Amino acid sequence: MRAKAKPEAEAVTAEMTGADVLIHSLKKENVDVLFGYPGGAVLPIYDALYRSPIKHILSKHEQGSIHAAEGYARVSGKPGVVIATSGPGATNLVTGITDAMMDSLPLVIFTGQVASTVIGTDAFQEADIMGITAPITKHNYQVRDVQDLPRIIKEAFHIATTGRPGPVLVDIPKDVANKTISPDYDSTIHLPGYQPTFSPNILQIKKLADAVGAAKKPVILAGAGVLHANAGKELVAFSEKHRIPVINTLLGLGSYPGNHPLFLGMGGMHGTYTANMALYECDLLISIGARFDDRLTGNLEHFAIHATVAHIDVDPAEIGKNVPTQIPIVSDAREALKKLLEIESPLPDTEEWRKKLTQNSEDFPLWKKVSTTEFLPQRVVELVHEYTKGDAIITTDVGQHQMWAAQYYAFADANRWVTSGGLGTMGFGFPSAIGAQLAFPEQTVVSLTGDGGFQMTLQELSTLQELNLPVKVVIMNNQTLGMVRQWQEAFYEERYSQSLIPVQPDFVKLGEAYGIKSFKVTNEEEAKAVFEEAFSHREPVLIDCRVSGKENVYPMIAPGKGLHQMIGVKP
Amino acid sequence: MKRIVTATVINQSGVLNRITGLMTKRQFNIESITVGHTEKEGVSKMTFVVNVDDNAKIEQLIKQLNKQVDVLKVTDITDQAIVVRELALIKVISNAQIRSEISGIIEPFRASIIDVSRESITVQVTGNSDKIEAILDLLRPYGIKEMVRTGITAFPRGSQKSVTDLKQYSILN
Repeated sequence: MRAKAKPEAEAVTAEMTGADVLIHSLKKENVDVLFGYPGGAVLPIYDALYRSPIKHILSKHEQGSIHAAEGYARVSGKPGVVIATSGPGATNLVTGITDAMMDSLPLVIFTGQVASTVIGTDAFQEADIMGITAPITKHNYQVRDVQDLPRIIKEAFHIATTGRPGPVLVDIPKDVANKTISPDYDSTIHLPGYQPTFSPNILQIKKLADAVGAAKKPVILAGAGVLHANAGKELVAFSEKHRIPVINTLLGLGSYPGNHPLFLGMGGMHGTYTANMALYECDLLISIGARFDDRLTGNLEHFAIHATVAHIDVDPAEIGKNVPTQIPIVSDAREALKKLLEIESPLPDTEEWRKKLTQNSEDFPLWKKVSTTEFLPQRVVELVHEYTKGDAIITTDVGQHQMWAAQYYAFADANRWVTSGGLGTMGFGFPSAIGAQLAFPEQTVVSLTGDGGFQMTLQELSTLQELNLPVKVVIMNNQTLGMVRQWQEAFYEERYSQSLIPVQPDFVKLGEAYGIKSFKVTNEEEAKAVFEEAFSHREPVLIDCRVSGKENVYPMIAPGKGLHQMIGVKP
Repeated sequence: MKRIVTATVINQSGVLNRITGLMTKRQFNIESITVGHTEKEGVSKMTFVVNVDDNAKIEQLIKQLNKQVDVLKVTDITDQAIVVRELALIKVISNAQIRSEISGIIEPFRASIIDVSRESITVQVTGNSDKIEAILDLLRPYGIKEMVRTGITAFPRGSQKSVTDLKQYSILN
């Protein structure tokens, strides 16, 4: 039973505490769900929350909160909002904040702080979270005066969601949250040092249009910026109009239909042969909302060496950072594509180029072993695709299962793919599935995870149990840290140091301990039967898929090699 | 190569931390850094001297600095006509006999003696880095007990007739 609470502080003019101001500001920002964990320094905030209708998701560890917020933000485009207490609460968020920074996810994070009077005295549960998060946030604030709170929150949401999205942290000392004021919500945002460019320079657009007209071997590299800008339709229109093949980055998957004839697949370390050779051989590379991560480019000395490089990015600092760029375009991806579509320019003749690429795809398709005895991990992804009709939201951690999901799920639509790209965070996938499911309660959400990564955040099974969300946890259990094992096999003469994990919990019993229907499958037949059942009911399910532990992800570019030096392109 | 970069910033707590942290993270070597108020209230100016390998690196630094919310403007002023000043305090070992000798040495530099004790004198000199290096060279033989430099602060000259700025064409640079 709830204790009798004070009536909700609705009237804005009345005196209210800093904590009430925070909750009221969240409502003004249309926040419908919070991810958090209470503690001493945020007691005033949780007291204000007690009399508020905003939904709060209680995780079992702050890392679970922030990854859930990331999943929510990734699929909905709305900012994920997190609350944690001072000290350990705040430091437990650090991995998630860094992850969101690397993958440009909009988050607004509120951390409690010890009272202003004792900041700097090594007080109980004090951590210098401003110092700790300075390099991993787009911006951070410590609220010194409660009168600034409405403005700071407004600015925090503005900064997190505009330009290149990213995490913004607001640190609130306990006394500030307790202090009573008559808030002024009308303060306008005044950020003279923050003016992100939205529209492209039209001269640069013309330059790119001319380059497109003259190109013989053009290719588009589409990254997550296309998803953030909601530019999928424009991208398809542009590529079809000029008949330019499209490659996705890992994080860009879904920004271009995976079954489109112009789609070459994912590029990079475990990308398709066709995509990587196209990046190597092209004479015009149009990168849209991608940041030339080293896992995509391979050795930069060999990257797109024959190409004129055009780079459309909302963040000017990404242009020219890794790859010399001849046509820089600072712009929102959608705005730039719209302008490109408006310009009348000659269409390039790409027929020969496309023929060659099609030939490559036929000669060197993605391949996997065919086995009647082994249960291959790639088949798990294919079966999930089959039983979800290719329309599920898929979340992953990092490693082999992530690469197989990227290779074999063939995302047809945007915002179905939630993965930790830049930071490569184990333990990201499962909590982020909970966040994604909260954003889209009707959608099928599958947490494709490995036995290693799942065990890093499996405490959130309790959250899943409490919320009874229909998330399907599919553990691709190979009893190894697969990618580590693969690298040890390839580069450390099969010295499998600390990567084989034969002793494991009984995942079925574990799931059942949390009241979640759980299955173990050891071959394809069993998997089919269980998937059939699992995906036809709207309830949480855990499936421990005992797959072969010796499979490697291919094709592959070894570290230090160029995109044209792929290994394992054929069985 | 050495570049002089100025950043106009909003005087928020933590802004210096963000900027120096960024430079550390991106592996920029800060040779000197000065910070102080400007004519505008709440706005400070930082002057950095950084050592970079090439132009791409300095361009990246400027872009990264510009991304900071509290940074208003970043300029690489190295190639402009600029006024550059640095202050140095130099404690030179000196007894009464050679005091006037030192005084004669520093006079052309328009430096001044601001503290005298039995064994030493303290010289204050302002100017660009080359000038300070020059006076240090001359004083070194007497024995420098202690020396501190502020690092340079700089801004563009009122008029940008770069032809008059002979420094750019000096073969010494």
